[in-house]
Amino acid sequence: MDWRRFSFIGLIIVILFGVVVLIGGEQVSPLIIISSMLATTITVATPLTLGALSGIFCERAGVVNIGIEGMMLAAAFFGWLASIYMNTIFEFNAAISLTVGVVMAIVSGGIFALLHAWLSIAFKVDQIIGGTVINILAVGITGFLNRQLFFEKGSIFGGNVPHAPGLLPSLSKSLTFLCGGEQGCFGLPDLISGSVFDQKPVAISAIVLVAVSHYVLFNTRWGLRTRAVGEHPKAADTVGINVNRMRYINVVIGGMFAGLAGAYFTLESVPSFEPLMTNGRGFISLAAMIFGNWTPFGAWAAALVFGASQALQINLQFFRESIPPNWAFLQQSYVVGLAPYILTMLILTGIIGKTTPPAADGQPYEK
Amino acid sequence: MSEKKIVLDARGITKQFPGVLANDLVDFDLREGEVHALLGENGAGKSTLMNVLYGLYKADSGEVKVNGENLILSSPRDAIYKGIGMVHQHFMLVPVFSVTENIMLGAETDHRATPNESPLVKLDRKEVAQKVKSLSQQYGLEVEPAAIVGDLPVGVQQRVEIVKALYRNANILILDEPTAVLTPQEADDLFRIVHELTTRGVSIVFITHKLKEVLAIADRITVMRGGKVVGTTTPQETDEHQLAAMMVGRDVILTVEKEVAHPADDVLLVEKLRVRDVRDIETVRGVSFTVRAGEILGIAGVQGNGQTELAEALTGLRRIEGGTIQLAEKNLTGKTPRIFTESGLAHIPEDRQRHGLVLGYTVADNMVLCDYYKAPFGVNGVLQQKALDENSRRLIQEYDVRTPSPYVSAGKLSGGNQQKVIVARELSRANVKLVVANQPTRGLDVGSIEYIHKEIIAMRDRGVAVLLISAELDEVMALSDRIAVMYHGEIVTTVDAKSVTREQLGLWMAGSKVQQPAA
Amino acid sequence: MQSAEEKQAPQGWKRIGRAIMDAALVPVLAIFSAIIVGGVVIAVVGGNPFAAYLGLIQGAYGSTKAWSETFVWATPYIFAGLAVALAFKGGLFNIGAEGQLAFGAVATAWVGYALPGMLGVELPAILHIPLAIGAGMLAGFLWAAIPGALRAYAGGSEVINTIMMNYIALNITSFLLNGPMKDNNPLNVIARTPEIAEGARIPVIFDGLRVHWGFPLALIVAFLVWYLLWKTTFGFEIRTVGANPDAAKYAGINYKRVIVLTMALSGLLAGLAGAVEVTGLNYRHELGFSIGYGYDAIAIALLGRTHPLGVVLASILFAGMRNGATRMQFLTQIPVDIISVIQALILLFVAADAIVRYIYRIKAKEDRLVLTRGWGG
Repeated sequence: MDWRRFSFIGLIIVILFGVVVLIGGEQVSPLIIISSMLATTITVATPLTLGALSGIFCERAGVVNIGIEGMMLAAAFFGWLASIYMNTIFEFNAAISLTVGVVMAIVSGGIFALLHAWLSIAFKVDQIIGGTVINILAVGITGFLNRQLFFEKGSIFGGNVPHAPGLLPSLSKSLTFLCGGEQGCFGLPDLISGSVFDQKPVAISAIVLVAVSHYVLFNTRWGLRTRAVGEHPKAADTVGINVNRMRYINVVIGGMFAGLAGAYFTLESVPSFEPLMTNGRGFISLAAMIFGNWTPFGAWAAALVFGASQALQINLQFFRESIPPNWAFLQQSYVVGLAPYILTMLILTGIIGKTTPPAADGQPYEK
Repeated sequence: MSEKKIVLDARGITKQFPGVLANDLVDFDLREGEVHALLGENGAGKSTLMNVLYGLYKADSGEVKVNGENLILSSPRDAIYKGIGMVHQHFMLVPVFSVTENIMLGAETDHRATPNESPLVKLDRKEVAQKVKSLSQQYGLEVEPAAIVGDLPVGVQQRVEIVKALYRNANILILDEPTAVLTPQEADDLFRIVHELTTRGVSIVFITHKLKEVLAIADRITVMRGGKVVGTTTPQETDEHQLAAMMVGRDVILTVEKEVAHPADDVLLVEKLRVRDVRDIETVRGVSFTVRAGEILGIAGVQGNGQTELAEALTGLRRIEGGTIQLAEKNLTGKTPRIFTESGLAHIPEDRQRHGLVLGYTVADNMVLCDYYKAPFGVNGVLQQKALDENSRRLIQEYDVRTPSPYVSAGKLSGGNQQKVIVARELSRANVKLVVANQPTRGLDVGSIEYIHKEIIAMRDRGVAVLLISAELDEVMALSDRIAVMYHGEIVTTVDAKSVTREQLGLWMAGSKVQQPAA
Repeated sequence: MQSAEEKQAPQGWKRIGRAIMDAALVPVLAIFSAIIVGGVVIAVVGGNPFAAYLGLIQGAYGSTKAWSETFVWATPYIFAGLAVALAFKGGLFNIGAEGQLAFGAVATAWVGYALPGMLGVELPAILHIPLAIGAGMLAGFLWAAIPGALRAYAGGSEVINTIMMNYIALNITSFLLNGPMKDNNPLNVIARTPEIAEGARIPVIFDGLRVHWGFPLALIVAFLVWYLLWKTTFGFEIRTVGANPDAAKYAGINYKRVIVLTMALSGLLAGLAGAVEVTGLNYRHELGFSIGYGYDAIAIALLGRTHPLGVVLASILFAGMRNGATRMQFLTQIPVDIISVIQALILLFVAADAIVRYIYRIKAKEDRLVLTRGWGG
């Protein structure tokens, strides 16, 4: 990640925030708008950050993973399903049910990733096709089970779709405690620090995992070997590293990240599941990974840009009335909703310089 | 010498690949502190044998003893543990890693008193760099631990590989075609290092197909052919001709027979050509030369001195930064490959599988790869299957391509026959005025090499201009009428092929300034 | 010696026949395997797999009406499957059939319902149908040319770009169908266009059955795609760029132009799928109609081994499954969504042909299909 990329990211975020401030500034103080935008940005960037980390682990080890979308979707469904079962059938309390749900989401992400790894490594299936198979399989299985378990006559819930037993709680209290009591964090006004740090467990862990991933990839034995396997697998093999084993494990780790992202959808954001609810987030994650040059911090920064563009859409809804008439197109959520997708395409054209994937990305290893 | 202890002993090694018996009951031994050369043509089974000894391949049968101990090598880890190190022909270095990172890869905590097996152990880059530094000083192998490997010249990368093996306490070192990418002078430097290592008790297997090297450096020589050991000898007992005969299985003509050239008008006129490579570095820096009808101009030079980019620029495949290219009095500067072809270019590309062929296509389709759109093959945008068939049948006969039928995919042919498909397609085209042949015989068997050399000379004798680019100095010297030496993106000099020595060319290729006036 | 070997190599029809056998072997076994695994899934959720499959087959192929409906389903599948297959042949992965189809449908619908009003005359069918369908093809062509151009000239991966353009297309059609193009009928509450004019509708083939002339058109287009790919010089260029872009450059092919055109033609076929659905079946475009077609088209193209004939057969199979699923659900209460699972499994086994080869102990004969090419960054 070079400075040009980071400053481009900064610029886009400032523009997106600026639009909302310009429109809503007369009704609400800019500070409140900015802090609300910041909070929403961090929140909605969560699945993108985790998805990008998922991609980084897979691709640094040399396996292209376009199935992140499907892994997220499957994890969202199975995590949600587990928490409902724990709560309604086994009658555990909400906290335990939700925790089990998150674990289940991570595990199911890992299982789908294992399938992808198996296809790519053992059977040397074209990895983009393999990933697409994962996506289609996830859509099929979640759609079928969702219908079979909840909507059919005679199904357990007989058409009454239950919600997850609540949502994961906000962690703001414990965090403000960490940085010095109720006067706000780091000397920032309480307003900003309060809402910005008002994040839930998956969102917080996403940020922690960015730092952890960076350390693991660039400062540990595991990271050195992972990167070697993705850059020049034969070189790794000749010094006694088991290339395929490294790839299997990294892809499964990646799948678990995607699984945690799935938990965000049904256990942290909303308490219900909808078919296709991941809505392309897995693919945008890949764009964030590419734009971030396959580094955790770079990918996080890119994820924040996409987060900001979604935050724009969400926050603009509050100020629909004050949108000036010649900007009327901004009233259409369909139009504003295009932003993340168009941004993705722009970024992939390499207008801010090209990034280089790991040299052996997508190539099966043959001795 | 024979009293010295045997450190490595392989008996009856057999290794089968689909369709090839790569090693057939091979015996090979190595004594302490000696250089044992393993000589053979491409595909003789040398690399397979070494990959078995290094644990990369598992032999189907046979046994390996290291220091008298019977071993089952199932991964390089076992080999490394027993003190076997290997420098592969294509370096096993991660280009984006630093020297230190490359050396510590797979042995991350070996420098510590108590190795730590945890995957999450922190990398001690500083400590390892220190150790690399002292090791390189000890053996006279200068390397900079913090440098990124991809930025280093190949000669230095090779040193990194050797340090990497020494770092793992290797006392048996396998060098696979180590001089392939080196200048004669760099090779001399390598020989000095090899000598230095043997005096310190390291035993060395030196794999090569170059006869002169073997005689210069080896204590013993084992020759392989077709997966079998032909015999073992010493430099004192043999000479080049005998070794060549052992290697190929018959007497080979080491020189190419050709008539005196009768050069005519200039066909290719290149002036002040400048080209950048994929990394955007200018690798052809103001090159000017001409090739005349009826002569072969050879470009000598160590790989990576701009020859690839030069060839690509001269065939329209790479954008040029400056200068002009004129072919048969037509200015082709900045034109597309198709216009080059239509103006009389025939191109035998450096990488036949990447550029020259579509491996999944049939031989018939590959034989019209550049002409599919013109009559008789393409009429009004429709392919004429009959014309394709006739064309391929004729060329298969004329150029002796060994294929079961024209409908076999090119990927199924041997390397030599693949190259013949390209040669047939390119040289049979009507109106060829210039042949650009880049590494036309790389990796081929002797029979195919001879055949292709004959075809190239036949083109010359028909009055076609030929530009031959090759990293094999012997090939350039044998075929060319004039030789241009390329170094660091420039043509150092152009000389008459008959009046120059191998040693002189080697010096120029290594960058030494031209003393005598160019021919 | 050479001639003796040549005799052994099969010639003419025998050669083609053997090639078809080889090509069909893995897909057929993949379908077989997926049906077995799908049966296990049905049994696990408490259904009777035999009853379910019987219902499925009855519903799909059990009567004239069933066949008619299967062909109705198959029509857009053939077009969309050809779209993806054509792109694959050119080394491009078009995941954007869904968006191209949606745009094609919107454009066709607009020409279908608005053009007579704008011109102030009723158009004769002979003019109106081609105009409407042509508009859909053009829309798909242009929409897909964008990711094609980004791939050729800016190096942006068409894989992600076509996916992004699906979402963009969905947003834009949502905007259009909820706003400027919304059916103003006071009874209408959903996002859909008005009905197209009578003159813009493709007639049915037999009275009383819904199968329309779009199906024969799909078969003709499949033939044309085959002819284009294997019998024309442009097809040679597409396949060369797909099989080995470096060799294509070497051969003097303007590969950037070929990439853009291949992608655009792929979009044209997907747009045609939307256009024919609007003119032949629905007589309007409705939001949400296009969802899922992109993935189905990929599955069909892969099951058909990217060959037009294979695409037609795979389409009829997938169409039969979609069509028969309703009867299966009626008879056995197994939700139609099981079809998605079975189709995903078929795709899994086709894509991972090594699994099928391993299970059934078949040696690989032909060369592997090269389909995609990483990020192209």
